[in-house]
Amino acid sequence: MSSTTTPGAAAERPTPVRSGAVKAPAPGPGRGRGKKRSMGKQNLAGWLFSTPFLVLFGVFMLFPIVATLLMSFTDFGTRNVTRPLEAKFVGFDNYVQLFGDDKFLKALFNTAYFVVVGVPLTIVLGLLVAILLNNGIDRARTFFRVGFYAPVVTTIVAVAIVWRFVLDPSDGLIAGLGAELGFSTPDFLGSETWAMPSLIMMAVWRNMGTVMVLMIAGLQAIPTEVREAARLDGASAWQELRRITVPLLRPTLLYATVITTIGYLNVFEEPFVMTQGGPSDSTLTVSLDMYREGFNFFHMGYASAMAYVLFVVIMGITVLQLRLMKDNTK
Amino acid sequence: MSTQQATAPAPAPSSVPDSPRRREGRVRKPLLYVVASLGLLVMSAPFLWMALSAFKTKKDLTASPPVWIPSTWTLQNFTDLLDQLDMPRYFLNSLIVAVLVTVCNLLFCSMLGYALAKLNFSGRSKVFGVVLAALMVPGNLMILPLYVLMNKLNLLDSYAGLVLPFAAGAFGVFLMRQFMVTIPDELLEAARMDGAGEWYIFWRIVLPLVKPALATLTIFTFLGSWNNFIWPLIATNDPDKYTLPVALATFANDPNRTVGGGNGMLMAGSLLVVLPVLLVFAVLQRHFTQGIATAGMK
Repeated sequence: MSSTTTPGAAAERPTPVRSGAVKAPAPGPGRGRGKKRSMGKQNLAGWLFSTPFLVLFGVFMLFPIVATLLMSFTDFGTRNVTRPLEAKFVGFDNYVQLFGDDKFLKALFNTAYFVVVGVPLTIVLGLLVAILLNNGIDRARTFFRVGFYAPVVTTIVAVAIVWRFVLDPSDGLIAGLGAELGFSTPDFLGSETWAMPSLIMMAVWRNMGTVMVLMIAGLQAIPTEVREAARLDGASAWQELRRITVPLLRPTLLYATVITTIGYLNVFEEPFVMTQGGPSDSTLTVSLDMYREGFNFFHMGYASAMAYVLFVVIMGITVLQLRLMKDNTK
Repeated sequence: MSTQQATAPAPAPSSVPDSPRRREGRVRKPLLYVVASLGLLVMSAPFLWMALSAFKTKKDLTASPPVWIPSTWTLQNFTDLLDQLDMPRYFLNSLIVAVLVTVCNLLFCSMLGYALAKLNFSGRSKVFGVVLAALMVPGNLMILPLYVLMNKLNLLDSYAGLVLPFAAGAFGVFLMRQFMVTIPDELLEAARMDGAGEWYIFWRIVLPLVKPALATLTIFTFLGSWNNFIWPLIATNDPDKYTLPVALATFANDPNRTVGGGNGMLMAGSLLVVLPVLLVFAVLQRHFTQGIATAGMK
């Protein structure tokens, strides 16, 4: 690539012929010429620099996105893995079937539960920790930040295994502590009531740090004069939080909410490792259901329909969140 | 450059407005430290439990009031684990995939980042739109046909199959573009006047100026690959190609795994997976927080 652009840049200056062919609508009089010529050269370079990404994007992202949509209208099954073109078109059958499928509806409900409880908890706790570390702590600030952020960098599979042991009803940490203090703890992951809250607890623990870091950056962008003025006017800590901090953090809050929501809607590893979707499907999420239909039973057409339903939900919620938060600032 | 800026002025704001706040601060500050320390304790409890349990004997692991500190320290869990699982092989697989993914991302993402930030080409806004859209697309949307495609290409159970779908991430492009936009145009114009080609400018002028961003991208990409689970789970059937998380999850969900002592082995395995990441993070933590903040703010 360097061989095509580097000499070209030097050689082309005296002869504008080639660059004119690429773009340059009729060399304008005077000063405009230089700009247009460099535009033509940059045109070629720009596309060359974009090529590797665009090729990989096309083959491994755009093609699969379209293919998933097409597959969702077929009966794509085990034998089509080797002969994909022989899958039969079935129209909207998969989608119709999905919304009569109790298992999938349960998975949708569970995913919604995970998001509706998990996202606000993550955002609020992340914000509180950020305010605490930003305004209350001067010494050992880095130490605290690193500590609260550490779960974010760890492998979900590994920490999910650790949490499974922590929550174990016979040998686990929480059950043991409970027994010592004289109260009985539920079998967290074995109970239909407690399994999902347990997964949410772990997700909040793991993702709070991301929100915290975002919020600290946002807090530091708020001019100190604003806070000082509020304090001089006698604002309480709560008023300061409500009327100053949160409104000024709105863009950061928006970003944090959107990425946390997208992440939580795709939740997969936690139920896969901690509960395998059980007990009796109480922690089966859409991604886990899709994985099972697609790769355990090879109902790939059906699983594709699931993937698209989830995708549409994600897009819808993201757009809605962007709308809501934007309009409020006006 | 920017990383130092982020930490250097940090103490300043807290020391400047200290005087008006001092009076109430004296009462409140210790309490805040207690709250923060308690929070930190809760946050790190699972890690401590994991690290200590990895060295416990079976007796300590199943002790009825749980014991934090092993009564006898043992390496039995590690030797048992290594007997049953080829951990060095999985470690190597994870490492090879993560290194390849990182190198590809560094190159391809900064190339497109440069084009989007500094080259005035005809499809620029459209390509940028593609990148922004790609940021929103969940990975799980693609895995079904990707499996079929990789099967057709004979790339299942291969490093290429594990690397290619992640070789150029939209996040990396976005990050690099945001950093490169801040480079003054005059600098690049001057180089162009001197006859430098775009590749030369990119390689010799722009890349050295965005080293902090490259460091951030390296960390995030490497980590993302190291922790990646669902695609390696699908794309590997041959245990010889398992990455660490796949091997560990398969082992953890194996009903034939010896019960009881199993938890000790699992804690040892988790420790081996998490420890390198935590160590790297502790050393490079500044780049982490910096990277997240930049991606979020801009």
